[in-house]
Amino acid sequence: MAEHNDIDQVTGTSTTGHQWDGIKELNTPLPRWWVITFYITIVWAFGYWMVYPAWPLLTSHTTGMFGYSSRADVAVELANLDKIRGDKMVKLGAAPLAEIEKDPALLALARARGKTVFGDNCAPCHGSGGAGAKGYPNLNDDEWLWGGSLDQILQTIQFGVRSGHAKGHESAMLAFGKEGVLKKDQIVTAANYVRSLSGLATAKGYNAAEGGKIFAENCAACHGDAGKGNQELGAPDLTDKIWLYGSDEAVLIDTITNGRAGVMPAWVERLDPSTVKALAVYVHSLGGGK
Amino acid sequence: MAKTAPIQLQVDDDGPLYVAQKKVYPQSVKGTFRRVKWGLMAFCLGVYYLLPFVRWNRGLGAPDQAVLVDLPNSRFYFFFIELWPQEVYYFTGLLIVAALTLFLMNSVGGRIWCGYLCPQTVWTDLFYAVERWVEGDRRERMRKDAARGTMKLQRFAEITLKHSIWLMIAWWTGGAWVLYFNDAPTLVKQLVTFEAPMLAYIWIAILTATTYVLAGFMREQVCVYMCPWPRIQAALTDEWALNVTYKYDRGEKRTSLKKANELRASGEVAGDCIDCYQCVAVCPTGIDIRDGSQLDCIQCGLCIDACDTVMTKIGRETRLIGYDNDLNIQRRQAGKPPIYRIVRPRTIVYSALISVVGAIMLYALMTRSLLDVNVLHDRNPVAVKLSDGSIRNAYTVRLLNKRGFDRVIAIDIDGPVNASVHVVGADSVTPDRPMIVLGRDQTTELRVLVTAPAENNPQKSIAVRFRVTDIGLGEVASATDNFVSP
Repeated sequence: MAEHNDIDQVTGTSTTGHQWDGIKELNTPLPRWWVITFYITIVWAFGYWMVYPAWPLLTSHTTGMFGYSSRADVAVELANLDKIRGDKMVKLGAAPLAEIEKDPALLALARARGKTVFGDNCAPCHGSGGAGAKGYPNLNDDEWLWGGSLDQILQTIQFGVRSGHAKGHESAMLAFGKEGVLKKDQIVTAANYVRSLSGLATAKGYNAAEGGKIFAENCAACHGDAGKGNQELGAPDLTDKIWLYGSDEAVLIDTITNGRAGVMPAWVERLDPSTVKALAVYVHSLGGGK
Repeated sequence: MAKTAPIQLQVDDDGPLYVAQKKVYPQSVKGTFRRVKWGLMAFCLGVYYLLPFVRWNRGLGAPDQAVLVDLPNSRFYFFFIELWPQEVYYFTGLLIVAALTLFLMNSVGGRIWCGYLCPQTVWTDLFYAVERWVEGDRRERMRKDAARGTMKLQRFAEITLKHSIWLMIAWWTGGAWVLYFNDAPTLVKQLVTFEAPMLAYIWIAILTATTYVLAGFMREQVCVYMCPWPRIQAALTDEWALNVTYKYDRGEKRTSLKKANELRASGEVAGDCIDCYQCVAVCPTGIDIRDGSQLDCIQCGLCIDACDTVMTKIGRETRLIGYDNDLNIQRRQAGKPPIYRIVRPRTIVYSALISVVGAIMLYALMTRSLLDVNVLHDRNPVAVKLSDGSIRNAYTVRLLNKRGFDRVIAIDIDGPVNASVHVVGADSVTPDRPMIVLGRDQTTELRVLVTAPAENNPQKSIAVRFRVTDIGLGEVASATDNFVSP
């Protein structure tokens, strides 16, 4: 470009010698510091490559001079978090169960921790918000198979239901049909009787007296004479509006014929005591706790 | 631009790749605008350096610093105002007002911001003052720089002194910055006993470096190459805006004093400009104002002072350079009187917009609630049927107490008929009207259960309003959500 020593008349600035329809481009070079800064950034990039992990290799990558990795940073931060959490969880573990809900700070901690642990461990069956599903109780309502007090919830979480743990809840609903205790028409009558307990419609030609007799002889032992249930045995209240498996005649026939024996694992072996405690408080605070 | 010294290009075989920074040696000047600039500099720096030490009593337990950005606790304090993070929209409003004010200043008097108030200008001006005080005025500095090869001990001492003072100012600048983020007297004590947090030292170092480099070395380069405002300003200005202008109608043709007198004596025309280059000598960006309005001109008005001084000396009318516009120059050339229209649609619109945005902000600030409630409906399950058939919905209720003291609030709801409300973890003293203690200056999150009796099951989603009442002050806040039936 040295040959284009063309000076623009108006500005007195040299031009690049390029022309477009007679319009010439002024040569306005960058300031020197700008150019130097640009070169420095390039040099800086080389430094970066050396200091930090940068280049992918066939099976790994360059590790950098100081072995820095953001993943290691995360590990450190997680360890710090565990430490902070550890101190607080110790406090939670030491507090009496009944006191936790009265202390806003402890309640907040238990609910936060409980929610996380619930999501990791309980949600697959009970749903992320504890809404439950068929066969898996809704933990938000006020119907409790094994009791809804803090202590009872804690016990259920710790040892489970038909979990095989020595302290777990054991009793199960008998398969009256399968075991040959009741005949098919008796089961239909019993199912209708159970429906009548909570005011649901009964089938045509259903014999209420016969139903009552079957119920008294077979069911009342666990569910109580009035069908109010028994939390000692995990026998649900049959008179209320909440049905774990459903209230249709067909479902009830299935229930009576084949029995029910849902399983919940014992969490005492998997979670530490203060976490189980947090979980109990969380479940209790969902709204149904007694 | 024929009169300015040509730009020195670093030329190699392929042509110029870059242009060397042309060092500017602004000469000292006295006059109206210089005095205004000194005053504004003192004011701006005074506010910046001293504001962190101003106290403001907010009661026990609250910080007593008038202006404080409390990052750990996410609070911003400005005298009687305390802002929470979710109220940053006030800053948005402030920025809008600031931008509009910039537009207004620009349409009235050109680059007032650049010339008098911009931190780059203020600190550069201060650094130039130090340079002038240590090394002498324009000519001396030019001479000393030219004699760089034969540096003597005294010159070396001068340069050391200048940079020491610069660094001290820069250090104070960085130091004042961190005081806005911490209790100032405490931090000062910590800083001098080397007990301050590492972060404070790091920020001081960063701002020391930027101040030193930007005000000591980059100077006009920042305005010319780095700042977007000159470009924006060029697009915003109009024919009525008053800019620092060389009145070429009066100045041309430039003629020496002696020659002009001769010409005038013989009845010929001679301009008032005597081509003394004083306006160029004092210019902090090293330009010639007589080339007309240009990007590099920050419109600091120092050339006006320089020219006025000369005009006074030679007994001619001052303000050959002054705040004016091309329109008036052309009018005068055509023999008409100049007109100045500060009030015109553009300035009226800007002023109106500033007033509107300012009024909205002020209104929002005056009426902002110091008690607030947010409600979030449980997503899963949205509704729960209880054993007696009643329907319950659960909500996460977040209560904000922006006052500096604890207070007791009651929660009422307007929703399903005869619905009851219960707060998890709180024993209701009064049934169905839970009362909660809210800690001062903080957020309280509650789990609230609303239950509709079976007979009042709305069967559909209906609105439910949470009313929160301060038992003592009677302040009320409310939020609306939905009550859902399964």
